[in-house]
Amino acid sequence: MEARGGVGAGSAPAPEASGDPERPFRVASAQEPAGAPGSPEACGPPRADEELPGALAEPEKEAPTHLGVHELSGQTSLEKKDNKGSKDAGRAGKMPGTGDGSQRGELAAPGPRDEEDVTAEGWRSRRKHVFVLSEAGKPIYSRYGNEEALSATMGVMMALVSFIQSGDNAIRSIYSDDRTLVFLQQGPLVLVAVSRTPQSAAQLRCELLGVHAQIVSVLTRAGVARVFERQRSYDLRRLLAGSERILDSLLDGAEREPGFLLGAVRCLPLPAPFRDSLGALLQRATAPSLAFSILAAGRHLVTAAQERAVLEDCRLDPADLHLLLNLVGASSAFRAGEVWAPVCLPRFNPDGFFYAYVSYLGDNTDYAICLVLLSTDREAFHALAGCKRIVEEGLQALGASRVLAGGGVGLPSYGVSAVGTPDLRHFLYKPFDVPDNYRQLPQFTSPEMEGPYASECERQRLFDLYYHLHGRLHSPSRPLRLIYHVAEKETLLAWVTPKFELYACFNPLVTKSGAIHAVTKLLRWVKREEDRLFIRYPPKYSTAPGPARHGPNRTDSALENGL
Amino acid sequence: MAQTKGNTQPEGAPHQPFVFKVVLLGSSSVGKSSLVIRLIKNDFKEILPTMGCAFFTQMMEIDNSALKLEIWDTAGQEKYHSVCHLYFRGANAAILVYDIANKDSFQRAQNWWKELENEFSPDEIVVILVGNKTDLEDSREVTLEEGKAFAESKKLLFMETSAKLNYQVTEAFTALARELLKREEQNGGQTQQGEPRVDLKTTRIVKNKCCLD
Repeated sequence: MEARGGVGAGSAPAPEASGDPERPFRVASAQEPAGAPGSPEACGPPRADEELPGALAEPEKEAPTHLGVHELSGQTSLEKKDNKGSKDAGRAGKMPGTGDGSQRGELAAPGPRDEEDVTAEGWRSRRKHVFVLSEAGKPIYSRYGNEEALSATMGVMMALVSFIQSGDNAIRSIYSDDRTLVFLQQGPLVLVAVSRTPQSAAQLRCELLGVHAQIVSVLTRAGVARVFERQRSYDLRRLLAGSERILDSLLDGAEREPGFLLGAVRCLPLPAPFRDSLGALLQRATAPSLAFSILAAGRHLVTAAQERAVLEDCRLDPADLHLLLNLVGASSAFRAGEVWAPVCLPRFNPDGFFYAYVSYLGDNTDYAICLVLLSTDREAFHALAGCKRIVEEGLQALGASRVLAGGGVGLPSYGVSAVGTPDLRHFLYKPFDVPDNYRQLPQFTSPEMEGPYASECERQRLFDLYYHLHGRLHSPSRPLRLIYHVAEKETLLAWVTPKFELYACFNPLVTKSGAIHAVTKLLRWVKREEDRLFIRYPPKYSTAPGPARHGPNRTDSALENGL
Repeated sequence: MAQTKGNTQPEGAPHQPFVFKVVLLGSSSVGKSSLVIRLIKNDFKEILPTMGCAFFTQMMEIDNSALKLEIWDTAGQEKYHSVCHLYFRGANAAILVYDIANKDSFQRAQNWWKELENEFSPDEIVVILVGNKTDLEDSREVTLEEGKAFAESKKLLFMETSAKLNYQVTEAFTALARELLKREEQNGGQTQQGEPRVDLKTTRIVKNKCCLD
């Protein structure tokens, strides 16, 4: 339960947990310095009118103890909270010409990534900036604009970090009128987010952890560390060349895929028997060193199978899966050929490489199903290509193209109308109450964005609301279990129980009892459909246990050569 | 397709096409993947750098001989070099690609040639030097003559191409295939027989690597 209290935006559980023994510095942290230390109990008195703990009868008595993972500010609090402006964020009138458009970062010309003028107003008014730099203050990555042009800015960031560090402390965040700045140090890398979104510092920190993990997925943690051990002022961009786009797409994904926020994977809704036969197919198509087999459609999971021995060691983590699918999606624009590349799954083992075989199945790009096979053997390409042929033939025999094409209009999905409650506009549902072996892969489901949220701008707005509610539910200092939030254009309900986490969006005129009624109906519907919406029993297989047993232990030999 | 086994078809399998393994080498973003995509899909898009290596197969027919190219498109980024090294092995041909608007990449192509020279004897491998991106004529940094001169001095095939404008891409692959077939004729079907030998070599290379580590 504790971990859940800490699950913030997307990928990393317990972001506030600073129990990492490797971190030498004390962590100064306090969301709300005054209130934090004394209020470990989750459901304090409701403060704002929008919160309504207890309006819905809690089905389980045991209260989640959300706190305890958050190191509290006994020491110096470094966070200057001038103004808690999460809801005012983006409205601040400081910027000339900050209209609704620029609030979404749309004023700045998109253009090729390195050509954006970092001195221009458009750049400054981006919704969110993410920077990565080395401890020596060398720029490594900037979400917008050429990082080279930002050397001076990054120098200032590093100066801030080192100044605080010299006092045997660590900077975590800075709040200003309209912005939240979050700092994160991971080994020799420093990551900084500057955000005007309603995301909480904890959520931003998770996003930064995700960015770091994606870098690790390409280079491994040990690889990064070794490079900087040899040369503190090493320009990591040499090794990361080409990976900027992968980081871009990760950050874009975090803005539009609730999976990052929920730390869960979205499954393609499929009839259970069909999914089972796909699973059986993956079980059949194995090779000696194979550890994971994944069938995916874009960022949606079709099914995944794991080697038994590897499963004992570690379950496939949704964060790793997000990174993997992002990597695959970002770098195979053509869906042609068979890719063979070293990838690291940071949650599984941040210091070792798997070798990933990636191939798209079928020529029809409408139902581009992607097969990802992870092996521990760098020479297994041809064996895995053989597995792919088995899968491909199997898919044909199953008539997969017919099922997956969903009547010719893209991938199978469902609209919120399927639930049959007119008040409900959209929802995110993440179950916890699942068969034990299923917990290896947290999943969630949500309908298509339709009706009022079809446009990019509105979709973004709804996401911001979800982020806001998620941040409140999982607030490190004052977590909540239930929020009934009446917003301007919709009414939302966020609810976390030991069995599920739910975010539902209703039309603005819904009554409380109407919303409760709709939620009850929704829960019943999900229960009925769960075999279609989720992977209930992920398949396993056994391959030669030897090499797979301890995961990839041949560490990044790919790096050796590059230096 | 199969009506031609006149010249030098090796023993057995008259219907089998010749199989040749081709590796594409060169520094990052010179257009290695774009060349392959142009050949295989006749398409061009801005694409992201290749991760690791990508494997393609393409059937070709030259002078009534069917042949199958197994193309290994390698990543130009240095972090993947050791993985790509794996795919040098047993290659019948290499395509060294540089960007005519980037002097450095020409230098890198020459370095790649040196690496190949260390691994292969000249009669083991057919090499073509390709200067890509002739669409960037305005910012050309490597003249046609420079490329040609290097290729001639090392006895490589040479061609300038543009994957973007579909200029001489197929021609480059065809020239390579033609040369491969010619060698095949001279050696009398070594590719097929060559396999086991290559395997032996493989294990040896791996061992050496471990020892060095």
